[in-house]
Amino acid sequence: MNTEIFGIIAMFLLTLALAIPLGKYISKVYGLEKTWLDFIFNPVEKVLFKLSGVNPEQEMNWKQHMKALLTINVVWFFIGMIIMMTMGSLPMNPDGNPSMSADLAFNTVISFVVNCNLQHYSGETGLSYLGQFYLMFLQFVSAATGMAAAVVVFRAFRDKTTTELGNFYTYFMKSCTRILLPISFVVAILLAFQGTPMTFEGKDTVTTLQGSSQDVSRGPAAAFVAIKHVGTNGGGFFGTNSAHPFENPTYFSNMVEMIAQMLIPFAMIFAFGYFIKRKKFSWMIFGVMTVGFLALTIPNVIAEMQGNPMIQKMGIDTSLGAMEGKESRIGAAATGYWSIATTVISTGSVNSMHDSTMPLSGMNELLAMMINSFYGGVGVGILNFFIFIILAVFISGLMVGRTPEFFGKKVEAREMKIAMIIALIHPFLILVGTAITAAMPQYGTATLNNPGFHGLSEMLYEFTSASANNGSGFEGLGDNTFWWNVSTGIVLLLARFLPIIGPVAIAGLLAQKKYIPENDGTLKTDTATFGLVTLTVIVIIAALAFFPVLALGPIAEYFTIY
Amino acid sequence: MNKDQSLFQKEIVQQALVQSFVKLNPKLLFKNPVMFTVEIGTIVMLFVSIWTLTGETSQGSFGYNFVVFLVLLFTLLFANFAEAIAEARGKAQADSLRKTREETPATLQSGEKISSSQLKKGDLFVCEAGDTIPTDGEIIEGLATIDESAITGESAPVIRESGGDKSSVTGGTKVLSDRIVVEVTNEPGESFLDKMIALVEGASRQKTPNEIALTILLAGFTLVFIIVCITLKPFADYSNVNITIASFIALFVCLIPTTIGGLLSAIGIAGMDRALRANVITKSGRAVETAGDIDVLLLDKTGTITIGNRKATQFYAAPGISQDQLVKAAVLSSMSDDTPEGKSIVELAQIDPLTLQVNNAQFIKFTAETRSSGINFDGTRIRKGATDAIKSIVINAGNPFPTELLDQVKIIAENGGTPLVVSENEVALGVIELQDIIKTGMFERFERLRKMGIKTVMVTGDNPLTAKFIAEKAGVDDFIAEAKPEDKMNYIIQEQLAGRLVAMMGDGTNDAPALAQADVGVAMNSGTQAAKEAGNMVDLDNDPTKLIEIVEIGKQLLMTRGTLTTFSIANDVAKYFAIIPALFITAIPALQGLNIMHLHSPESAILSAVIFNAIIIPFLIPLALKGVSYKPIGASALLRRNLLLFGVGGIIVPFIGIKLIDIVVALFI
Repeated sequence: MNTEIFGIIAMFLLTLALAIPLGKYISKVYGLEKTWLDFIFNPVEKVLFKLSGVNPEQEMNWKQHMKALLTINVVWFFIGMIIMMTMGSLPMNPDGNPSMSADLAFNTVISFVVNCNLQHYSGETGLSYLGQFYLMFLQFVSAATGMAAAVVVFRAFRDKTTTELGNFYTYFMKSCTRILLPISFVVAILLAFQGTPMTFEGKDTVTTLQGSSQDVSRGPAAAFVAIKHVGTNGGGFFGTNSAHPFENPTYFSNMVEMIAQMLIPFAMIFAFGYFIKRKKFSWMIFGVMTVGFLALTIPNVIAEMQGNPMIQKMGIDTSLGAMEGKESRIGAAATGYWSIATTVISTGSVNSMHDSTMPLSGMNELLAMMINSFYGGVGVGILNFFIFIILAVFISGLMVGRTPEFFGKKVEAREMKIAMIIALIHPFLILVGTAITAAMPQYGTATLNNPGFHGLSEMLYEFTSASANNGSGFEGLGDNTFWWNVSTGIVLLLARFLPIIGPVAIAGLLAQKKYIPENDGTLKTDTATFGLVTLTVIVIIAALAFFPVLALGPIAEYFTIY
Repeated sequence: MNKDQSLFQKEIVQQALVQSFVKLNPKLLFKNPVMFTVEIGTIVMLFVSIWTLTGETSQGSFGYNFVVFLVLLFTLLFANFAEAIAEARGKAQADSLRKTREETPATLQSGEKISSSQLKKGDLFVCEAGDTIPTDGEIIEGLATIDESAITGESAPVIRESGGDKSSVTGGTKVLSDRIVVEVTNEPGESFLDKMIALVEGASRQKTPNEIALTILLAGFTLVFIIVCITLKPFADYSNVNITIASFIALFVCLIPTTIGGLLSAIGIAGMDRALRANVITKSGRAVETAGDIDVLLLDKTGTITIGNRKATQFYAAPGISQDQLVKAAVLSSMSDDTPEGKSIVELAQIDPLTLQVNNAQFIKFTAETRSSGINFDGTRIRKGATDAIKSIVINAGNPFPTELLDQVKIIAENGGTPLVVSENEVALGVIELQDIIKTGMFERFERLRKMGIKTVMVTGDNPLTAKFIAEKAGVDDFIAEAKPEDKMNYIIQEQLAGRLVAMMGDGTNDAPALAQADVGVAMNSGTQAAKEAGNMVDLDNDPTKLIEIVEIGKQLLMTRGTLTTFSIANDVAKYFAIIPALFITAIPALQGLNIMHLHSPESAILSAVIFNAIIIPFLIPLALKGVSYKPIGASALLRRNLLLFGVGGIIVPFIGIKLIDIVVALFI
């Protein structure tokens, strides 16, 4: 078999093999069972909870959970704004990088608080090490926020009828200490061995082969790159993200980072099943997500490995694939795989220039973010998917001749209202954002590198990435402008918190309802048939809504080339 | 009742056609968000058509725009027609039930004759043999045989009497014998039937909870496509593509779920309508919907599971007694026994009692103390009765009671039967076995219910042993033996606490609390007023097996909603592939690649899509009215079946339909 293809299959299977036991472990962590790291972290947590005056055992309902979640996020935002706008004159700034402008700081802090990491700056010149550290802190806590919210949904379906859904701070803390920290630690060490720098010293000056001297940026990158993937954040330490030879030095490091970013999203699916004791249900979810993921990935890998026909016509050998914007140490296949992996889950770290991928590959990257629930970001992926489950339950529940119910709870008007609003937000933010930008050439067209169909894709990509809280850039876009910073900043905020609150609210409302025992006439949600309905709902709602704009962007581009 | 009326009768269709136009009133359409947006689109197209007449050229020809306008108008009319015909059919059905009771003369107790429409609640009227009962009421004095065939279609007369659980009479039915005094139970125009007609007509029709939730889903889809269509304008401008107003509106109307949006209320009305066709009056649309969710059915044994009364099935002679002697004695003892059991003994023996020589006969009536009955003649004393009673007669006379007979008695009891021992001159002759006869087909019906996920519970006054035997034989899942009214109530509450929905049928006043407690309570029309008030449905046929039909009607209703929603949404795929290339290929010829149906031209593609979108509604009206048939094959298999039919079908059908329409449309462009 082609080694490149073998490489990506190995990446996928390894991730799955690690994710199943990890899922079991995660379920134990949230079930507050004893785990092997308790001896270190229990005392630490006790001190932290005591200092902050939080009672980690107080049971919360869904509203209290959301209040706690929003409160800590607001605090992080304000601390972040202060640091970003003053770091130039604060310690830990060996390279003497400047503070950020207000709009850039707004965009940066928001995008790290919401686990998106849409970076309108370059790490080498735009941040001090203190700034990098604060952003790294946000990468931990924003991932833990999403996970804690997902656990609230898990809890809602574990007990028959309840309003008590555990304690937010406990879930949040456990996510950080029992899951994110240990995995990041392992990943960081593996990366450091591959050559990723981990130092507090400033730029190094080297003499190049030509004899001239050049400054090379360094920093505590290994730790940063680890959590950027483990927490599906995606914000690079350096400007070119995981295409940079320090962030992603080898094929092996590429594999490690690939597995690291998909690991928790996979594991959360299995954790859900273990937690509510419905393992088959996990496999249904995993099946649907995987079918969707493969439907996007396979065409990408093929298209990228085949190369660009326009370049072939120029008589240039493209046997290695479409290598424009790619790293030769990684290759076309692994890059194609990465480009979908990073967009289906909300990481958004890139190891190539997505702007340079083939038209339909670009479309698939866009679709991956438009759907945003094939695996999805840590915690939030499953929350997004949950909305589609509710919609699928409603339609297929009726088709078996009962009013719709999910795990013994009736899905009624109130839940439908919330589910519909959440399902609408994403297309609304993407389409309206892009439409306004397209209608105002001074803000939109002026910042584009490419005219025509591709230019539309560039604008569309930026808003899609923001709304999906993905953070990857198509690039080819001068995005550090007031318009882009503020508009995507607002999109980021709305697209993060509403899709967290919505599913948690639905789960909270369902949890309070009377439990109806299942019988032969009840819709089974852990079957392939139901999976198919869910997939269809996703395709029709999430994908078809974008068909017209995609036709004017990547599809038109595709038909022009071929 | 005429149950097999064709779907489209002439006068009903005419009535519905008029209503289709009346319902264009925006105030009425506003309740249906999907169709309301179509109406806005239609009005816009009317203005665009007029605009093109003034010489405007940017929007295409007048003819094209006007045709789009017409097609949209027809989309609205078709949707209105669906609702109107469902209403008209329900009303016609209810009217035919009501017709019989209009303007019947009523005789007040004073002897004064007035018209039935003047009767008020609480008035007393008298009916004698030959009279038609003027309105619904409760007998307060007397007993009468009544012909209820006008309502139930059942020709055998029934007995109604004051007091007890069979005291209600229905307007329009006929008194055949005797005289009764009846108290009017409803104000004119407020009978259950009147209320149901109001529900069907729409005046007091409210959306059911599930309908509301579905409307939210459909409104959500509509909103998505509003966003899609509005934002398409700047994208098209950016790409230098000019899109006409007609194209925008066509895209929008085709993408929003107009099929289900147009048929939704028709489906709901048709559900109540089907219930009425089964002679069940529902007091709300909600009750029909709830019926689909029922988890537990409480069924009375007598009349539902077994045929009315026990029947003699076997004679067992005691040792040394010939079978003939026993049979003859049994017949003699039953000569004057008018009970159904007594008659069945004669029937089983196949001996006409009148052929037997009996002189100076003296009949002994059954009493609670002796617990036996019989006959004395010419020095012969024959008795039949409960085992204990006969045994004591036999033993008191110094005769032995054979142990073989005792064993036989035990076997009969264990098999769910009732043993009757026969003695002649204080000598035990043998035993007659009486058995409950389970209605044919009940086992299959319960099996069907089980596959639907519904638990059946038999309610009976029998002792637990007998009850258990019949329950097993009939195939019900559980039983309540020696049931008192409060036992029913407790059982319902217990099931409801476990989260299940319970349906029951009842007629007596003492059933009223349970009928009210049950999620679906069906009162028999012959039952007391209290029972009818407590339940949320009334069965005009007084047929206890009706519950099963009601559950299926509820399931059909929900399934029809689900499948047509699926169909409607699945249609979008083909419509996208018709319209999107049509919008863009003039400006971006490369997008011809998306025109996978090879439609003739952009105009023909758009027209074909909107025409398909319009005519699919009338095509589906019969399905909406009749309901998707329910098959008890388990939820997963049912889902697969419906997905294949309406999901996959919903994707494929429009591809074919649009292509065919395009071929025709291309002839005219």
